[in-house]
Amino acid sequence: MERKKWQLRILGLIGILLALLWLSPFYLMIVNAFKSKRDIFADTLGLPQEFTSDNFIQAFEQLDFLRTLLNSLVISGLSVGIIIVFSAMAAYALSRNKSKLSSVIFFIFVAAMLIPFQSVMIPLISQFGQFGMLNRAGLIIMYLGFGCSLSIFLYHGTLKGIPQSLDEAAKIDGANRFQVFWYIIFPLLKPMSITVGILNVIWIWNDYLLPSLVLGEAGTETIPLKLFYFFGQYTKQWHLALAGLTLSIIPVIVAYFFAQKQIIKGISDGAVK
Amino acid sequence: MRNRDLAFWLFLTPVLAALIIVVIIPLLFGFYYSFTNWNGLGRLDFIGLENYVNLFNDNAFLSAFWFTVKFSIASIVLINIIGLGLALLVTSKLKSSNFLRTVFFMPNLIGGLILGFIWQFIFIKVFGSIGDLLGIESLNGWLSTTDTGFWGLVILTAWQMAGYIMIIYIAYLQAVPGDLLEAAEIDGANAFQRFRHITFPLVAPAFTVSLFLTLSHSFKIYDQNLSLTGGAPYNSTEMVAMNIIRSAFTDNEMAYAQSKAVIFFVIVAIISLLQVYFNKKREVEL
Repeated sequence: MERKKWQLRILGLIGILLALLWLSPFYLMIVNAFKSKRDIFADTLGLPQEFTSDNFIQAFEQLDFLRTLLNSLVISGLSVGIIIVFSAMAAYALSRNKSKLSSVIFFIFVAAMLIPFQSVMIPLISQFGQFGMLNRAGLIIMYLGFGCSLSIFLYHGTLKGIPQSLDEAAKIDGANRFQVFWYIIFPLLKPMSITVGILNVIWIWNDYLLPSLVLGEAGTETIPLKLFYFFGQYTKQWHLALAGLTLSIIPVIVAYFFAQKQIIKGISDGAVK
Repeated sequence: MRNRDLAFWLFLTPVLAALIIVVIIPLLFGFYYSFTNWNGLGRLDFIGLENYVNLFNDNAFLSAFWFTVKFSIASIVLINIIGLGLALLVTSKLKSSNFLRTVFFMPNLIGGLILGFIWQFIFIKVFGSIGDLLGIESLNGWLSTTDTGFWGLVILTAWQMAGYIMIIYIAYLQAVPGDLLEAAEIDGANAFQRFRHITFPLVAPAFTVSLFLTLSHSFKIYDQNLSLTGGAPYNSTEMVAMNIIRSAFTDNEMAYAQSKAVIFFVIVAIISLLQVYFNKKREVEL
């Protein structure tokens, strides 16, 4: 027994050391974001001689941070909202319809997951450009198109476990199809909706490539896009660049702090399926 | 809900329309464009297989492809070893295990672009000053040579992805029956023997899942590549995704870039289909 205790202690120590190693990039980013340009040059590893918030003030202004954050929130929120509602609706229709046609449609959605973005990117951007859709509305439609496959797949799995007698009972009570879905089925899908929401929000919030190709208009940039321009501007000025990086990570860390259990559960539900 | 029902189609229309507009039509047009000399504007002529023939003589593309293959192999090995190690660690009844899980997973929540910029700072400034401190010359200029740039990308990817793969391994490790391990322990099996003969065979399916997952992921990497090295020096650390995007939107060789994208699609599709195939086969065995 004594030996086992020691083994656990050593493992615990290894764990803490690894955790520190894992966190070190964040530590280095944050401490240096508080240093002056000269301080970073003199001592990269230690704590700042004196904490300066000037870097953050300048980065905040240059990134137009509140507006950029709002842009990211609006685009991610709207995209994930419509992905959840429309994918759940589609998965419901497909799971309650036992025809050959519906299995073919389901197969097409699943097969679309195999298509890498780069292989449709060039015609996609060109066609949306021709219709004047290279803007936020166009971007949200693209996110629905790319996000619906996995979401439908995940909802479909859950819906198979919800008995059809439930639909029928509601129908006898006089509910139409939309009412059955909206008042009976959709609330039952809530755990899966959280998983679908988490998986999609992580991807969309962090996406750089698609916004960089679609969002041309100044003032509509999302965080990754704005950060790319900002970083290019301050390539040799690490104190500003790091302050910008730190600022842009804060919303994610705050969200992770409040919802870590659901996030990790969502990821593992999505990953193992 | 029958096919004839209006409701069936109303429920499907939003996603079906989006999929057709965003994926299916561009995919079909993409195949067509790859056989033309389209440059994004104006007229286009059908030129047959010319793009595909040029592609096999294009050193920049071939070297990007080869770089991607090497990068994928190195990252897959590293990510899976570290991921399994972390999973074993956090499932070993430590008090800190929830905290550790949270920490190891954290990089996955942050976008590849931002992670690449953070590591650019580490490889350039932090490695530089550790090198000066310890007198190790080779720690300077990490992103300025092809080899160290390669390892920079591998390290970044391993740090980011290991926590994700850890989650997959944890799911399988938790399915290993505890009484089986206890019984083996009572019979005198040591920790290594228990891992080798009980745990390992039961988590083997997780290998197939995460192997192909990391393979298709590392093949498609773009953001990290762009922000960490940007392909420098002299495009020698450029991967396939970046090569396609550069030739499409910087060089405006739309049709030619599209032929690369078709090849890319075929390779990623083969990898993904193999993944499905091997997973199905496992399911039958179990």
